Amino acid sequence: MHTESPILQVENLHTHFITKAGIVKAVDGVDFDIKPGETLGIVGESGSGKSMTAMSIMGLIPSPPGKIVEGEIRFKGENLLTKTKKQMRNIRGKEISMVFQDPMTSLNPVFTIEKQLIETILAHESFSKNQARSRALELLHLVGIPDPKKRLKNYPHEFSGGMRQRVMIAIALACNPSVLIADEPTTALDVTIQAQILELFKKMQNELNMAIIMITHDLGVVAEVCDRVMVMYAGKPVEYTETNHLFDQGKHPYTLGLMNSIPTINKQKKKLEAIDGVPPDLRSLPKGCSFAPRCKHVMEACLHIDPTLTEVNDHHFVRCLLYEETNSEKVVSP
Amino acid sequence: MLKYIIRRLFMLIPVLIGVSILTFSLIHLIPGDPARSMLGEKATEAQLESLREELGLNDPYIVQYGRFLGNIVQGDLGESIQSKENIAEQLLYKLPATVELTIFAMILAIIVGVLAGVIAAVKQYSWFDNISMTGALFGVSLPIFWLGLMMIWLFSVVFNILPPSGRLTSGMELTTITNFYLLDSLLTGNWAAFKDAFSHLLMPGLALGTIPMAIIARMTRSSMLEVMRQDYIRTANAKGLRTRFVVFQHALKNAFLPVLTVIGLQFGLLLGGAVLTETIFSWPGIGRYVYLAVLGRDYPVVQSTILIVATIFVLVNLITDILYKYFDPRIRFD
Ligand SMILES: Nc1ncnc2c1ncn2[C@@H]1O[C@H](COP(=O)(O)OP(=O)(O)OP(=O)(O)O)[C@@H](O)[C@H]1O
Ligand code: SF4
Ligand SMILES: [Mg+2]
Repeated sequence: MHTESPILQVENLHTHFITKAGIVKAVDGVDFDIKPGETLGIVGESGSGKSMTAMSIMGLIPSPPGKIVEGEIRFKGENLLTKTKKQMRNIRGKEISMVFQDPMTSLNPVFTIEKQLIETILAHESFSKNQARSRALELLHLVGIPDPKKRLKNYPHEFSGGMRQRVMIAIALACNPSVLIADEPTTALDVTIQAQILELFKKMQNELNMAIIMITHDLGVVAEVCDRVMVMYAGKPVEYTETNHLFDQGKHPYTLGLMNSIPTINKQKKKLEAIDGVPPDLRSLPKGCSFAPRCKHVMEACLHIDPTLTEVNDHHFVRCLLYEETNSEKVVSP
Repeated sequence: MLKYIIRRLFMLIPVLIGVSILTFSLIHLIPGDPARSMLGEKATEAQLESLREELGLNDPYIVQYGRFLGNIVQGDLGESIQSKENIAEQLLYKLPATVELTIFAMILAIIVGVLAGVIAAVKQYSWFDNISMTGALFGVSLPIFWLGLMMIWLFSVVFNILPPSGRLTSGMELTTITNFYLLDSLLTGNWAAFKDAFSHLLMPGLALGTIPMAIIARMTRSSMLEVMRQDYIRTANAKGLRTRFVVFQHALKNAFLPVLTVIGLQFGLLLGGAVLTETIFSWPGIGRYVYLAVLGRDYPVVQSTILIVATIFVLVNLITDILYKYFDPRIRFD
């Protein structure tokens, strides 16, 4: 289906936070790519590095203490990590834009919706104020806000949560981005609104042929909208494949744990915390597999050897010694 | 909005009546015979009786208060006991002197304080942050008296670049309209007088403005630090807006509310507390006027001045409340 070449490629990304208590390896070797019109899901527990992966792409890692220490982020073939501040500013909000989790706090409370839309347009397009205004109106209409003309003059507190998230999406779409990163865009909304917002993402994607990176806690959301999915654990991808494959033949013990934690009878959603144990301290990861302390299938070798991401099937990658063919040979070395 | 202002103006009436009762009672709250306390121990009974007659102290309180209020409403504030000068005429000259000095000091304090606070917050822990905040800590506790004298010594005695006292160099021509000299010199296009009045304002303005400047700087810094962590600032950055725009528009407008409260309070305090500064710099304002009146037990002068200052205080409060609405649209007036 997606035969074009990738619009965004992330290679061996390492983003660390240098804190007094030690180095936090928030993102520790992430690889993925995404094509126009495709939706890639990133799932994982809290603290697994999903947001920091997104912020690295946006060039918004707070520095200090954060720093991208290794890797490449290629957008339309060009490495974003070598761009100047000004060049990155011109990409942010125009070529790559982002929708955040909490629509209640992500809009500036003291400016009208119109101002918050227009400033984005004016920052990137050579529009007159009037042109920007009519574009803002068009955008509100596009994301399905009733009575947009009147609503433009309103402040965020005059909107409901779902409507605010629509406004956030309108802002993100203002300059027809090629990549849209949505960081848990429906987590803060109630269930019926969630479905509407996901629907809106799909509709916008069809119209604009954007690539969407959908960060979520919720495998239900993944099943709903994602073509491919990357499961993250402790800053590393542990499984990376097409969505159907993940649900049919997911392999990594962590992925399987996640899937068991979704209730199947009713469609009620549940956070992914249901696996026993807690996420590891990113400042001092255990030697060997990071998941070992919580893994049901842990073996002696897992405590010594950090598994690498291995292709077990066509386009299906798993980071687990159970699936590394060369496993038996490696065990020898401590 | 207009309705709110009108309602607030009506609410001023009971407040001002309260203030008038307080100032009226002042004369009767002093233990002993008011006439004697004004004229001193050596006064004869005949002198005392004639003063009582003059001030109407023999009438019932309620009649006295009625007369007091009636006179004020007509703009008649009576005469000074000591100098026999008309108080209203005196205030017409002295009040603008104090208000001009206070506004000048506040503008100075706001510009420097807010700017320093913002930069210190954006560059937290930088040398600028450290130096300016140490300075602010120092500024709050600096005795104005000492600061004033040091400035006079440095700028008037050593370098001889600023005048040590008064509002205008004697011999300088200025047609007065409002008795605000900067305003009057601008209105009459008198550039020489403007420069002269300005240079007279600099030192007393700085002396008076130091404490509010320090308080505003610290308040702005902590408020900005709080705001810069908010989600909507992350959103603003993700839109690709310039950092300066994000800081001074998105962040500062949100951070300004607590600063505004401080500014309103400080403004009132300065109006009442200009006594020291006016004394050091021989500034012909109400601070010195009321100070001398208190020493001389010139009750009509004390009463009138307090009444006027209280009125201004209440008005400043009203203006602050109205400005709140500008900075935070979530504030409801009804
Ligand atoms: N400013 C910072 N200083 C130190 N560590 C940080 C900082 N920001 C993030 N981290 C660390 O980076 C790690 C990854 O954080 P990230 O926000 O990417 O997690 P996440 O997967 O998005 O989690 P969630 O589902 O809770 O949003 C966390 O362990 C966090 O402690
Ligand atoms: S490598 Fe070992 S510990 Fe890690 S997930 Fe696989 S089996 Fe479990
Ligand atoms: Mg996150």
